[in-house]
Amino acid sequence: MTKNAVIYEYDGSFEGLLCCVFESFDKKEIPLDIVSDDREQILLLSKRYIENSQEKANRVYKYIVDKGGKKAINLIKKAFLTCHPRKEFLILIMVRKIHKQGQFAFNDLSDNVVSQLFDSVKNLNNEAHLFKGFIRFSIKDNFMIAQIEPKNNVLPLIKNHFIDRFPNECFMIYDKTHSLGLLYKPHKSIIVNIDEFNMDTPTMEELEYRRLWKNYYDSIAIKERENHKCRQSHMPKRYWTNMTEFQDINQIQEKNNLMIENK
Amino acid sequence: MNLMEKLEILSDSAKYDVACTSSGVNKTSNNMGIGSASKMGICHSFSADGRCISLLKVLMTNYCIYDCKYCINRRSNDVKRVAFTPRELADLTMNFYKRNYIEGLFLSSGIIKNPDYTCEKIIEVVRILREEYHFFGYIHAKAIPGADEALLQRLGMLVDRMSVNIEMPTEKSLNLLAPDKSKKAILDNMKIIDNKITENKYDIVKYKKAPKFAPAGQSTQMIVGATGETDYQILRLTEGLYKKYSLKRVFYSAYIPVVDNPLLPSKIDYKPPLLREHRLYQADWLLRFYGFNANELLDEKNQSFNPLIDPKCNWAINNMDLFPVDVNKASFEMLLRVPGIGVKSAKRIVIARKSRSLDFTALKKIGVVLKRAQYFITCSGKLNINLNINNDNIIRNLISEKGISLLDNNFLNNSFEQLTLFPQEKVIGQDIVKSITGEF
Ligand code: SF4
Repeated sequence: MTKNAVIYEYDGSFEGLLCCVFESFDKKEIPLDIVSDDREQILLLSKRYIENSQEKANRVYKYIVDKGGKKAINLIKKAFLTCHPRKEFLILIMVRKIHKQGQFAFNDLSDNVVSQLFDSVKNLNNEAHLFKGFIRFSIKDNFMIAQIEPKNNVLPLIKNHFIDRFPNECFMIYDKTHSLGLLYKPHKSIIVNIDEFNMDTPTMEELEYRRLWKNYYDSIAIKERENHKCRQSHMPKRYWTNMTEFQDINQIQEKNNLMIENK
Repeated sequence: MNLMEKLEILSDSAKYDVACTSSGVNKTSNNMGIGSASKMGICHSFSADGRCISLLKVLMTNYCIYDCKYCINRRSNDVKRVAFTPRELADLTMNFYKRNYIEGLFLSSGIIKNPDYTCEKIIEVVRILREEYHFFGYIHAKAIPGADEALLQRLGMLVDRMSVNIEMPTEKSLNLLAPDKSKKAILDNMKIIDNKITENKYDIVKYKKAPKFAPAGQSTQMIVGATGETDYQILRLTEGLYKKYSLKRVFYSAYIPVVDNPLLPSKIDYKPPLLREHRLYQADWLLRFYGFNANELLDEKNQSFNPLIDPKCNWAINNMDLFPVDVNKASFEMLLRVPGIGVKSAKRIVIARKSRSLDFTALKKIGVVLKRAQYFITCSGKLNINLNINNDNIIRNLISEKGISLLDNNFLNNSFEQLTLFPQEKVIGQDIVKSITGEF
């Protein structure tokens, strides 16, 4: 095994990453890092672009399942969705571990790579769980739209939850961080790239419900027990941006009125 | 009367009910309607007091024929009375639900006319949601004590969880403060619900498709601090309730005065006993998931929780002869009893030690809180090398940060006179905070 001073570059897709894994096994080398081509970096080291090949990706995929079992592939798929800055490299090392130890590769939680992988997947799972609650839909003409700004790529993880919840509605969840949108209409769903998207101006009815909710939110707090630190630890401020309860509804309404006048 | 005002009044009165979880049942509508429920529960927001908001928690009405002393809506109090129509409340629930503000509805009510009539009103809201709107989200309804069994049966078939509040830890306090409620009616209701849940379980075994009676089970709540009961009395009661009525949860609500009454703590200078409430929840957890008995945590001689350390640490300190245990050998049950080791890390230890023997670094990665656990464990016979056993240190490390934050309010206000741990030393809240953060 050689540690070549090379960096792999790939197209950013899961298949592409599996091809990098293939390359590493094929060339019997461990690259210094694996980066996707949309990540800008200034590097002095040579980069090698790894072409995407469905066939190679399939072979690696199947190998992971055969050696490590379903659990292994699921974990690796999830790791790919995390925001760990070196997730690609971790995944490569993990596949090498699976190659050596099979399904026992994950048992040693005290190993640096395993624990980093588990931690970032835990972080992803946590964030996905929080968004099941913190997402806020606006409704217009029976169409429900929500915008989120997650750190991790959570859409694939929350997809089924919202489909199970609203099987007969039409909705969209727009992930602004990753420029992705989950679109659903009964009974079809798709996750697509959406480069730009702006939330529509809310209707009067929508504003009324937002106001009711905000009011409820404010009145449900018990003054004698106020504890902002506790609230923030459960619901960090970065989530507040897209939540109804922290919007200034009157300001939105004024803006709306202005727009109508200007028309 | 507009909706905004009704919602404000009827949620304001309901907010002291602490049982706001949506957990305990997994279900989907199978494309037949709208809504689902998740066993682990989902918080949709957190209010300024840091509590999880999961359900739309409201009263059907604040009209009431009863006169509970601690309640703002008691009949002798002069407040504005309003009521939702069943349709209004069902529509509001649906609109909140679709916007993903809530997991469902938690419906309680003042007693209008009589218990049966009140129960019928509650049933009507839930019926509209379930049968007309095909709503499959979470619904928790209060079973009104004294309502007819047939009505309870009907309600139970429509909702996910039912609860009857036990209100006060003892009958004496109940008679004093809620003279229209009887302990018997409350416990009878609990028994009926428990029986129906059990009966229904057999039906489900027999006929797979049998509809479920309150599938998320029943819970109850009691007010802590309005009357003189000790922690020990409360914990014993809790243990009994879990055993006798197979309750899913017992909730504790630190008393907060909303009215002045000579029978109740005065509003002036009163601080809700939040630390006590916190300790009760910790102990409750130990009863349900850690295999502890109430008698191990408190007893006739020690009737109050230690304000400084949590009940598990307290138990461990009083049973030092059982420690240290070796993490590579100890049974799962014993691992659970080590401060700093939770259910998850105990499970992980048992799995991980199969492939290699664990040292302190490994335990840290597994998620064990070494700061606390270190005094109670060895790894293959070895103590933690950095361990500095000096009484001061131990205490410093065993105090929980959550406890500290609550201590600041309560401790300084002299709510706790007994300090079993340091009888002779005077500890001031701020000093403890400093010792934790190391800002000496
Ligand atoms: S029954 Fe008692 S606690 Fe309930 S609303 Fe009436 S007075 Fe208040």
